[in-house]
Amino acid sequence: MAYLELDRVAKQFGAQTVVDDFSLAVGKGEFISFLGPSGCGKTTTLQMIAGFLDPTRGAIRLEGKDLTAIHPAKRGLGIVFQSYALFPHMSAAENVAFGLEMRNVPRAERAERVRAALAMVGLAGYEDRHPRRMSGGQQQRVALARALVIKPSVLLLDEPLSNLDAKLREDMQIELRQIQRTIGTTTILVTHDQNEAMSLSDRIVVMSQGRIEQIGTPEETYERPASAFVSQFLGKTNDFAATIDRTSAPARLVAGSWSAPAPAGFSGPVTVSVRPERIGFGDAGLAAKIVTRIFQGNHWLFQCESECGPAIVIRQNDGQTQPAEGETVRLAWRPEDMSVRAGAPA
Amino acid sequence: MTAVADTAPQSAARERGPRTPWALTAPALLLFVGVLLIPLAMTVMLSFHDWGQYKGIEPVFILKNWHEIATDPYYAEMFWRTFRIAILTTLLTAVLGAPEAYILNRMSGRWKSFFLLVILGPLLISVVARTLGWALLFGGNNGLVNKLLMSLGVIRAPIPFMFTETGMVVALAHVMMPFMVLSVWAALQRLDPQIENAAMSLGAGPVTIIRRIIMPQIMPGVLSGAIIVFSLSASAFATPAIIGGRRLKVAATLAYDEFLNTLNWPLGAAVATLLLVALILIVVGSNALIERRYAEVFR
Repeated sequence: MAYLELDRVAKQFGAQTVVDDFSLAVGKGEFISFLGPSGCGKTTTLQMIAGFLDPTRGAIRLEGKDLTAIHPAKRGLGIVFQSYALFPHMSAAENVAFGLEMRNVPRAERAERVRAALAMVGLAGYEDRHPRRMSGGQQQRVALARALVIKPSVLLLDEPLSNLDAKLREDMQIELRQIQRTIGTTTILVTHDQNEAMSLSDRIVVMSQGRIEQIGTPEETYERPASAFVSQFLGKTNDFAATIDRTSAPARLVAGSWSAPAPAGFSGPVTVSVRPERIGFGDAGLAAKIVTRIFQGNHWLFQCESECGPAIVIRQNDGQTQPAEGETVRLAWRPEDMSVRAGAPA
Repeated sequence: MTAVADTAPQSAARERGPRTPWALTAPALLLFVGVLLIPLAMTVMLSFHDWGQYKGIEPVFILKNWHEIATDPYYAEMFWRTFRIAILTTLLTAVLGAPEAYILNRMSGRWKSFFLLVILGPLLISVVARTLGWALLFGGNNGLVNKLLMSLGVIRAPIPFMFTETGMVVALAHVMMPFMVLSVWAALQRLDPQIENAAMSLGAGPVTIIRRIIMPQIMPGVLSGAIIVFSLSASAFATPAIIGGRRLKVAATLAYDEFLNTLNWPLGAAVATLLLVALILIVVGSNALIERRYAEVFR
């Protein structure tokens, strides 16, 4: 049985539906990300789990018990807010101790658990610091310690890393993952950053306009996107217009000068979606001209104009000579590296 | 700094002499000195002059007026009353104004702006008109509320309001309320919008949230509002003059009477100076205390 279960949850504000038909089963100890652009309903869903909003329809269950019937203060969830929402008039230790105080944990045990929680997030020795005297990263750690010290049944993270600079964010991602693995708390992360979602989660829930587009492991959502939205949102992708040619036997899928055996179940115009790093320069394939070539250290980024429209290609900087700007090339990829959808590209 | 200012020729900045700031502020400075500092200095000097029923003001330096204020218990009573009224007014505005601002802050869009207008509305009406309104409601046997309550048999005698300290505190609190509400409101704006949710998720109930999370953070706002209300109440003239009249004087009405009725300008000046000095000491002192106590919240 699922640990945390959302069953056809919906939220309406007046006539506007913000979340619709949201169903998800989260296993114990799983790390789930809600990924989507702003306004896709991911934060609203998180707030319904937290209890700050009531769902218009549907049920939320934790270990089989109806969570919506429980007051937010009694749900025992740990939440890290985007703004951290630390109590500025309390020291780091007092902030972390607050939840334990509310649970009437004896003073001695409280002090020990606060010390351990701060040490776990790497803030040993910062007990008496006030939040406004700490850096963004340190405040973030206090917020995490404050949420974890109460041993929450579920940890909810609302864009916790979005206020940090890029370098710090990467460090925190690794640390967050390690902490979560160590203590095994079921975690839900809300983010609009696809890299964050992919590097942290066991499974990603891709959302758009209040609906779930796809639920899957990071590899699944990246390699086999269920919709055009998912393939566009998770990393860069090339969409080429192609057709199924049934005149030849066996039938072939044709995109410009590139062709391959047609996959089953398609006919007429289709869209072929290929990741830029899966395209290589070959002797045969889609004819293209390189418009710009950008060196990015560990890889090259090519922007090409192909017979099927603009294309981007990423090549590892493996020491081989790369084609120059203005050169004509042939783009080729293995059939298993593409995904095919019915209809022309949007 | 705007981009325009940044790209302004450097030479222009160098040509400006050290006197330029003085020249630019001179008009305002002159006005300030002319209409505030000089009259103030003259008032302080006036308080050391002599006065007699028949000889009028004599420009000599004596401590007669200050000695009279220091020794005559009449003045002590007057000043105690002034500060008692100011303190009670401050407490009343804090007790009513802080929750008012909190509730206002939690209202949604349209209601919020409507009620903000209701709270600030009194500022648009003259203090005299507002205080006379209280007099119309509670003024002796003819006061509207008194008449109504007496005809309903709720009370036998009219509620004493005019010429009482209670009446003065109530009327002053009404006048001062916007200052307290605005001050607490400003403090509430600085709160993290998620802070109550954060406390709630950690298991705090509504009372705990207000007591442990909200109150400590808006306290600086309450206290700075208190300083404004206290100093304005202690030096208020119109409200005490209408509610208290000649029977229940405070420092400001006392100074007025000495100037315009007794014509003892030096004594009036001494009263006014003492009120000013006392207020400055209280305000500066409590401000320093607040800033030290709430250093973390103010950062």
